[in-house]
Amino acid sequence: MTYMHIGKNFTPPDVEAKVTGAARYTEDFRRDGMVFARLLTSPLPSGRVVSIDASEALAMEGVLGVFTADDLPPSLPPANPALAKDFITYIGQPILAVAAESDLIAENAIEKIKIVFERRPFVTDPLDTLLEGGPDPYPTGNTLIRNAAAGAAAAGTTASGTDVGRIKWSLDQVTAFRNGREPVGATFGEEWAYGDVAAEFAQCKTIVEEPFVTIGYPHHSLEPRSGMAFWENGKCYFHGSLQSHTVGHAQLSAMLEIDPANLVFINENTGGGFGSKIFPYPIMAVTGKFARKLNRPLQMRITREEEFYIGSARSGMQGWLKVGLKDDGKVGAVDVIIINDAGSGGGGSAGSSAEHISLMYQPTAMRFRGVALYTNTTPRGAQRGPGQNEMASVLAPIMDKAAREGGFDRLAMRRANAPRPDAKFGPRQGGLSSSYMPEAIEKAAAMFRWDERVAQPKVTANNKVRGIGLGMGFHSAGANGYDGLLRIATDGKIYLHTGVGNLGTYSYAGVLRAAAEALQCSWENCVVVHGNSDLNLPHSTYQGGSNTMFTETRSSHVAALDAIRKLKEIAAADLGGAADDYSVGGERVFLTSDQAKGLTFAEAAQKAIDLGGEYSGQVYPEDINATTKRSVEAMKGTGLIGVAKDTLPKQGTAPGFAIAFVEIEMDLDTGKYDITDYTAVAECGTVVHPQGLSQAMNGGGVWGIGMAGYERHVYDPQNGLPANVGLYQSKPPTYLDVPAQMLTAGMDMPDPQSPVGARGIGEPAQGCGAAALMSAISDALDGHLFNRTPVTPDMIVNHVAQNGFNTGELKTNTF
Amino acid sequence: MPSNDNMPEMSLYQPVQVEDAISLAGTLAERGWLVGGGQDTYGWIKDRAKRPEALIDLNGIESMRGISETADGIEIGALVTLTELANNALVKERYSLLSSAAGRVASPQIRNIGTLGGNVAQDVRCWYYRRGLNCYRAGGNLCYADTPEGQNREHALFGASRCVAVSPSDTAPALVALEAQMVIRNASGERVVAAEDFFIGPDVDIRHTTVLRAGDVLTAVRIPAKWANAEFYFEKVADRNVWDFALVSISAAMKVTNGTIEESRMVAGAVECTPRRLTSVEQAIQGRARNQETADAVASLASQGAKPLNYNHFKMPLMDNLVKRALTV
Repeated sequence: MTYMHIGKNFTPPDVEAKVTGAARYTEDFRRDGMVFARLLTSPLPSGRVVSIDASEALAMEGVLGVFTADDLPPSLPPANPALAKDFITYIGQPILAVAAESDLIAENAIEKIKIVFERRPFVTDPLDTLLEGGPDPYPTGNTLIRNAAAGAAAAGTTASGTDVGRIKWSLDQVTAFRNGREPVGATFGEEWAYGDVAAEFAQCKTIVEEPFVTIGYPHHSLEPRSGMAFWENGKCYFHGSLQSHTVGHAQLSAMLEIDPANLVFINENTGGGFGSKIFPYPIMAVTGKFARKLNRPLQMRITREEEFYIGSARSGMQGWLKVGLKDDGKVGAVDVIIINDAGSGGGGSAGSSAEHISLMYQPTAMRFRGVALYTNTTPRGAQRGPGQNEMASVLAPIMDKAAREGGFDRLAMRRANAPRPDAKFGPRQGGLSSSYMPEAIEKAAAMFRWDERVAQPKVTANNKVRGIGLGMGFHSAGANGYDGLLRIATDGKIYLHTGVGNLGTYSYAGVLRAAAEALQCSWENCVVVHGNSDLNLPHSTYQGGSNTMFTETRSSHVAALDAIRKLKEIAAADLGGAADDYSVGGERVFLTSDQAKGLTFAEAAQKAIDLGGEYSGQVYPEDINATTKRSVEAMKGTGLIGVAKDTLPKQGTAPGFAIAFVEIEMDLDTGKYDITDYTAVAECGTVVHPQGLSQAMNGGGVWGIGMAGYERHVYDPQNGLPANVGLYQSKPPTYLDVPAQMLTAGMDMPDPQSPVGARGIGEPAQGCGAAALMSAISDALDGHLFNRTPVTPDMIVNHVAQNGFNTGELKTNTF
Repeated sequence: MPSNDNMPEMSLYQPVQVEDAISLAGTLAERGWLVGGGQDTYGWIKDRAKRPEALIDLNGIESMRGISETADGIEIGALVTLTELANNALVKERYSLLSSAAGRVASPQIRNIGTLGGNVAQDVRCWYYRRGLNCYRAGGNLCYADTPEGQNREHALFGASRCVAVSPSDTAPALVALEAQMVIRNASGERVVAAEDFFIGPDVDIRHTTVLRAGDVLTAVRIPAKWANAEFYFEKVADRNVWDFALVSISAAMKVTNGTIEESRMVAGAVECTPRRLTSVEQAIQGRARNQETADAVASLASQGAKPLNYNHFKMPLMDNLVKRALTV
C-alpha cells in the first residue's frame, strides 16, 4: 500500500531541542520560592524505625521541614511505600525527606538526624528464604499472595490488595533444585499446563534438562526520579518524569488525593524509563505532598545512587528446564520451573517467561510452575521485555544444545518451530493478530548468510575462536480501547493531541502520523500537542509493553475518521450534496466530482465553531474516558474536534517479534570477545518510521548485549549491601563494547488489525540480541552452557582453564 | 543512610607556584587535600567519606605541567593529563608502554581531566572501602572482602595483609616496568623515590597506597633512558573496553638482542595492592628467545604463590595468559 506518511522518515518535533540541549527535564524547572528536598535512606536491609529525632536538623538555619511516613497514608506489605517506617526491606529505602532553602543545606541537615532502628533478619538469595527455616525478607513471609477480595496490586505502587505469605521447601527440595534437578513435591505459587506433558516427552527423541540463572539488574534511567511540585489555587502543578502521560495522570491524582481536574502534570521529555516509569512511582507522593505541607514549590532531587535503590530493577530467575525434541525437530514438550527474585517488592515475570517458550517454540504440551520470592534487595518491576527477554537469553543456548543433540541445524530447528499465524500459546492457548515470524527468520538468516557462516572454520587465530548464534524475541505489542483527539483550528492547522509519554523513542509523534495519513494532510501543517495536561490531552495508552505503535495508531486513526466525517458533513451542509460526495486532502474538504468546490480546513473549522454541538466539542461520545471528556470540554468551541474511542476489532495478541544473528570472535586467553556481526530483523507489521525502527533495534540490541555479558545485581549476603550502585560499577556496555555497525531491517508486512498495519517492537529488540549473543558464546565454546546471564570474562577464563571455579549452583545476586 | 552528591563547604586554595602549594600542604597537613584532575577526589568528598577542611587545587601550577627531555630520559609533570600522555610524540616514540597504558585508563572524558599524578596516587577501589564501611583500611578492624561470602572478584591474589584491595592504576605498572622515579617535594625539600618503592602494600601502611604523606606533593615523574625504545607489551583486561578498571593488566619492557631477552621488567596490575613485579618470570626469560616456547615454559610462574579468594581465581590463568602474550606478540 502506498502511504503519504506511513513508512516515511520525518523529523519529530523535539529532535532539535534534544540535540542542542534545549530540551528541559524535571530538574531544569525552577519556581520562585522553590525549596529543595533530599532523602534519608535506610542503612539496613531489614528492620523498622523505632524513633526519629530531627530536632537538630530542624533547628538549622534554612531547614524548613521533615516529611516522614507519618505524613502519608498507611502502607502495608508488600506494597512499596514511599517512605518506610515499620517495614524496612532494603538498603537505600527512603525513610524521610528533609526540605531546606538549598540542596546543600538539606544534605547537611540529613546528617543531623538521629534514627533508632530495630534490625530484622534479611536475605539476598531467593533460595535462601525458600529453605525451611531460612530467613524471611518480611516478618510475615517471603512471597506475595493475592487478596482476592481487594484485587491485585500494581507492581511498584502503594496499592493494596495483596499480602505477604510464606512458601518453603525442604532441604532436599532446595538442594535438588540448586543442583539442577526437579524439586519433587515442591510447592509453587503459580502453575499452568496444557497438553499431556508426560505423553509428549515419551515421544521425544531428544530430551535436555538444564538449570539456569538470570540475575536482575537496575534500570538506571539516566533521568532519575526527581520531581518538582507547587500548589496554586487548589491545583497541583507537578513536573515529573514518566513514560506515560495521561494514564499516569489519574494515578498521580489518586496518589496526591486530589481530583484529576486539579492536577497539572508536566512532562515534555523523559530521560529513560525502560518500564520503570510506566506508572507513577511512590516517591512522587512525597514530592507533591511535601510541597503542599510546606506551601512552597519543592524540588525533590533523586541522586544517581538513590535512583539505583528506588529506580526499580529487572527480576532475576533461578530455574530448571526440561525440553523434548521430536524426530522432526519440533518441540514436543516443555517443563519449566522458575523462581523469581522479586526484590523487596514488585514481583516477577515468570509467567511471561514461560509464555515466551510456549509461543516461540510451540511445544505440543507444556507445564510451568513458579514462585516469586521477595528478597531484601531493591524493588523489582517491569524492565524491557520483563520475563520474555531474560528467558530468551538463557533459553537460546539450551535450545541450541537440544538441536545439536537431536542432529538438527540450530536455524532449522527454529524454523520448524516458528510461530505461524495460527499459533497458540500460553495456558489459555490464545492466538495472534498475525505472524510473519517464519518469513522474518528466513530474511534474517539470508542477511546474515547463516549457511555460509556455519561452514566456516571455528579457529580464527591463536587462541581465538568464532561463535555464531541466533536468538528470538517476543513481546505482546498492542492494546486497544484508548481515545484519539485532534482539533482543526481556524488557522488551518491540525492539532494532534496525545497523552502518550515522550521517552525519546519518538513514537509519541510517530503514532500521530496515522491521523495525518487518514486526513491526507501535510505533516508540516500538523502540530503535536503533548507533555502537559493543561494542553487538553486524551486518554492515551500506558507507554510500555511495546504497545504504543499498535494502540495509538488505532486511536489516532479513529479520531481522524471522526474529524473526516464531520468535515464532510459540514461541507455537505454548506455546499450541498451528501457527505459521502466529499473527500478530504490537502487541508481541504472538497466535492469528489469537482475538487474546486470545497472548504479549507480553516473555513471548515470556523463553520464547526458556528455549528457547535459535536462539531466543535460541545457534545462528545459517551464512551470516551473521563480524561478525554475533560479535555474536550476545555477545547469546545475552538475548532473542529475529532474525538473517538478506539472500538476497532481486535482479536488475539498483537505480537512484536524480532530475530537476531550474532557472530563473535572470542579470545580464549582473556575471556573477551568482539561482536563481529550483528544482524536483526523486526517483525512488527508495517514500518511506520524507518529511522525510529532502526534506533529501536539498535538500542534494544545494545541492551541485549548488556544483559548477556555485563549487567547484574551484586549483593553481599553478609550485610545486604549492593556492590554496584554506580553506573561505572553496573557496567552497561559502552560504545567500544558493541559493534560499530549493526545491521537491522523490518519485515514491513501489515497486521490486519491495525489501520496502518503497525505493531510495536521495543522489547523484542533486546531479547533477540541477548539470546543471539548467549547462543554465540556457547557456540564459540563448543556448546558449553553457562546457563547464566550475564556471562563475564572471568567465567570464560575459568571455563577454558578448567579450574573448576565457575559458579555451579543456582546462586544469584553475586559474581 | 545519606546519599550525598553536593560538594560540602570547604576552603579552596589555588596556588600558582609549587612552593606555595608545598607550603599549604605542609601547613594544612591532614586537613588539606591536593587536587589535580579530581577524578579520585570529588567522589570521596561528595560522598563525605573523606572530610578535608581545604582543597589545594594544583591546576594553576604551570611548572607541574609538560613533558620534557632530560639528560637521562624524560620528565613528566604530575599534572600532565592522561590524554596528553597517551598522545605525546616523545612518549609514544620511546616509551610506548606508558602511552599505551595511559590510553587505556577509564574513558576519554576522564583521561582528558585525570592526571598522571592522580592516576598513580589514587586510592584503592575496593567497593566495601569506597562505600564508607569501617574496614581495616578505613581505620576499623575487619575486612569485608576477605570472607567466605565476600564479593571479591576484583580483589587481590597476592600481598594480602588485612586488606585485599588491589592497585587500580593502569599507569603504575608501566612506570614500575620503566623504572620510573617519582619526584616528591615537601617543606623539607625534594626526594626522589623509585616507582617500585613508591607504591606500598597494607603490610607497610594500611592507610596509604603510596609513600606520599601529608605535606608531600608529587611534582613529576622521571623515566630513565634505560628502557627507551625497548620492546614493550601492555594489555589491560577489563569487563568493558572503556570506563572500567583492570581485572588484570600486564606491563612488560624487554631488551631483546638478536632474538634473545637480555633483560626485562614484567609487572602485573590489579592483582596486588601494589603493581606486582613478576621477578620469577623476568629471571626465567633472561637469555631466552621471545617466542611461544619461552612463553609456554614460563607463563605459569606468573601466578605462582597466588592466594585466591572465593571469586577471583580467574585472575591466575588470566595473569599467566597475559604473560604468555607479552612474550609472543
